[in-house]
Amino acid sequence: MAQPPILEARDLKAYYITEAFGVRRTVKAVDGVSLSIQPGEIYGIAGESGCGKSTLLKMLLGEFEPPLTPVEGTVAYDFGEGPSDALGMDEAEVASIRWSRVSYVPQGSMHVLNPVRRIGDTFHDFISTHRPMPRRQTNEMVKAYLAEFGLREGVLQSFPHQLSGGMRQRVTIALATILSPKLIFADEPTTALDVVVQRSVIQLLKRIQRDHGSTLVLITHDMGVQANLADRIAVLYAGKLVEEADTRTIFKAPRHPYTQHLIGSLPTLEDKVARQSLPGRPPALDDPPTGCRFHPRCPYAMDICKSVEPPLVTLEDGHRAACHLITDEADHAAHSRPALA
Amino acid sequence: MTLLKEYIVPRLIQWAIVIFIGVSLTFLIPRMSPINPIDQAMGRLTAFQTLSPEATLALRQSLMDLYGLEGNLLTQYLNFWGRVLRGDLGPSFSAFPTTVADMIGSGIWWTIGLLGLSTIIAWTLGLVLGGLAGYFPDRWWSKAVENTLVSIYPIPYYIVAFILLMLFTYYLPIFPLVGGSRGTASFSWSYIGSLVYYGFLPALSLVIGATAFRFIMSKALASTERSSDYVRFAEIAALPKRRIVFRYVIRNTMLPQVTDLALSLAAIFEGALITEVVFGYPGLGYLLLNAINASDYNMIMGITLLSIVGIATASLLVDLCYPLIDPRVRYR
Amino acid sequence: MLTTIRDLFRYNSAFRYGSLILVVVFILAGLSFFSPYAPEARRVVPRAAPPSLEHWFGTTSQGQDVFWMLTFAVRNTLIVAGLAVIIGRGIGVMIGMISGYLGGRWDRFLSGLVDSFIVIPRLPLLILIAAMLRGHMTLVALGVMIGLLDWAIPSKRYRSQVLSLREREFTNTAVFSGMRSVKVVVREHLPFLIPFLLADVVSGFLFAIGLEVTLSVLGLGDMNAQSLGTMIYWGNYYQSLLANRVWVLAAPIAAAVLIVVGFYLASVGLTAYLDPRTRLARLQAKG
Repeated sequence: MAQPPILEARDLKAYYITEAFGVRRTVKAVDGVSLSIQPGEIYGIAGESGCGKSTLLKMLLGEFEPPLTPVEGTVAYDFGEGPSDALGMDEAEVASIRWSRVSYVPQGSMHVLNPVRRIGDTFHDFISTHRPMPRRQTNEMVKAYLAEFGLREGVLQSFPHQLSGGMRQRVTIALATILSPKLIFADEPTTALDVVVQRSVIQLLKRIQRDHGSTLVLITHDMGVQANLADRIAVLYAGKLVEEADTRTIFKAPRHPYTQHLIGSLPTLEDKVARQSLPGRPPALDDPPTGCRFHPRCPYAMDICKSVEPPLVTLEDGHRAACHLITDEADHAAHSRPALA
Repeated sequence: MTLLKEYIVPRLIQWAIVIFIGVSLTFLIPRMSPINPIDQAMGRLTAFQTLSPEATLALRQSLMDLYGLEGNLLTQYLNFWGRVLRGDLGPSFSAFPTTVADMIGSGIWWTIGLLGLSTIIAWTLGLVLGGLAGYFPDRWWSKAVENTLVSIYPIPYYIVAFILLMLFTYYLPIFPLVGGSRGTASFSWSYIGSLVYYGFLPALSLVIGATAFRFIMSKALASTERSSDYVRFAEIAALPKRRIVFRYVIRNTMLPQVTDLALSLAAIFEGALITEVVFGYPGLGYLLLNAINASDYNMIMGITLLSIVGIATASLLVDLCYPLIDPRVRYR
Repeated sequence: MLTTIRDLFRYNSAFRYGSLILVVVFILAGLSFFSPYAPEARRVVPRAAPPSLEHWFGTTSQGQDVFWMLTFAVRNTLIVAGLAVIIGRGIGVMIGMISGYLGGRWDRFLSGLVDSFIVIPRLPLLILIAAMLRGHMTLVALGVMIGLLDWAIPSKRYRSQVLSLREREFTNTAVFSGMRSVKVVVREHLPFLIPFLLADVVSGFLFAIGLEVTLSVLGLGDMNAQSLGTMIYWGNYYQSLLANRVWVLAAPIAAAVLIVVGFYLASVGLTAYLDPRTRLARLQAKG
């Protein structure tokens, strides 16, 4: 640990608190997540839809509004100038770090670009907000940058509906990364794209991360994409971090039964039998199961799982997991270590 | 070419259908009336003034055509269309022998001026206020504007206009009671000033009602737009709020409201008629009121026909302008 | 149904104030049955007296008590508007449903017709009809006329509702399970359309009341019956404003504003309740 983490969350809890016609509802979308991300790495956050990925992302970005409320814990950035709070930024602070330091690549969809504005105008809007410069200059800058992406200059004069899905996503990525931000959040960047385009988008993200030396936080449910890109992967289930390790370990030796299922559901070339999918759905987060939140779907569930929440324990090499199956083992390791010393 | 085929031609057809239905209705309604309008009209006319026998005959003839009481149904209908296409709507009963067309011609510019100006003001105002209130729903000023306009919205036009009239010509006599201008028409400051002075209250009452309507729609659209992907993206990129509101939110909510303007022109026109009645403004509404009081059916029919054709055409023009502001229709 | 109303009343201030106003309005209309004077009776009270304990809203120059006139006026205006709403929505629902369910050529034909009607200004047509019927106009005829001209916009809305219902999953489920289509419509779709209809009825009321007032003020309504519009017409006719008898005009104007604002507020509350987003939150909270 030579450098301090560029992004660190500690015991983060963020709930959606709503009240409609006298009925108060609390959805615990992120419930006690701690993670730290090193400068220059590609950190993957995985999990089914409804597990709290997008809420976690909003909190890490510091971009939330009621009913989503931070209840406990902290999120801090550190760009080599000491830690700064990400949850309590005012408008000016947000404007000063966004795009020049922290950026965001949205899900590849039709509607990320303003449909009635030419691409060039949108680029000018985004650039001049953070680095005031005349229109001519932004045009030059964008042209040069788009060329690296294999996009023609004519794109600047086009409207979004005139571009193909893949071109739109490349334009969006260019829009998010043109100011060489240190920290890039990518939210399902390949979803809704066809497979060929997905591949080129993955390569593009990898190249940008390498060229600018940025840190990339990749949020996607697609374990294939995670395997291709991420250095380290965190697995979320029902608002909790259930396992975190480097990509190799996650795929070769997953410890949490949920991670094992996520990986097991990936098709491989040697497949002879139909893939098994996990029965059931993620629980509703306004009334999560007691104990381990995974126990209703877990094939190895024990009595203890129904009442006691498993702690997130650290195994060898920073591999963390929260499951009663390994809690004992970790205890054992903790006890045995002094004996060895 | 696709623009012409998929957008312009269908709207032209629609326009023709509207005109057809409107003219046919105007043809049918007097025929279904339990009273004989010709006898009534002739009675009124001869009571007002003495006519030469030839004039009486000519008048009777034109009335027969207009009310379609001669020949079989088809001939009547075709005669009626002939008169409509020639713009010959016969004489006004109350101001015989001035023709209906002449009288409408003198009144219509007042209505067009009043209606056009207040529609543009109200549309823009409602669009911008609604956009701001939809994007900033929690600010005190947006709530104040919303509560005010929402309480005005359901009140009938007539009542709004009448309350303004009571307040500003009677209790606080700062505006004139009736009329459209002072002095002779010229390009002088005093004449134009009097136009503004006389037109202010009628325009204000129209603007208030139409702004409230536009505001409600615009706000609803802006609240949806607020959570759209591109607005969220621009917000995450910390673009200045003002730019987001105008170039991202309002620029987009504007589009459906242009189409909607074309549909609501009829309602605004109705408001203008009533406003003119209340303020004695010398446009079509005032002509209509006089025509009603004098049972001048020819005039009522003329105004009905003209308003159907006029509103349909204005809607068509608004629709045809739509591609200019929506690139998705323009570049396909 | 009752819990819905209770919830709305408790948590939605627009609905609360709106329904309170409407209760007052309906009480006013109901009082007309206890009026000491016949609606058309004149010279029964002192003329042109300002509001007093005896004559709450004052009297007219024709010797009529404004308060009791107003009770008849509110009742008659509500009757006209109610009739117009029943006829207009009846036609609108029918055309909208036919258009939405049959689809294809019928839909295109009916939609074209509806779109054309929306663009036609209705007031001049209505004035033309009313002028032709002058002297023969009754409250019922007025209501029927307004209703016959106010179906185009509602039918467009019902059509789009039906179209969205048809796309939903439960429609297919019902159809595949062999339910007859009439039954699908009645059992599965009507429950969704009824709340929508309720909100739409309110906008119909607003439109009809506005037109009644307008036509009567132009002297084209049933001028022998009391209504909000005719009260204003006769008030103007006898120059109440210039003679400083403002109460004669203020009463019907205030009543008209009260009625429309009451209906509107209630519908705003209802719409918020029907909004799919809050509705979903409520359902989830219950389940």
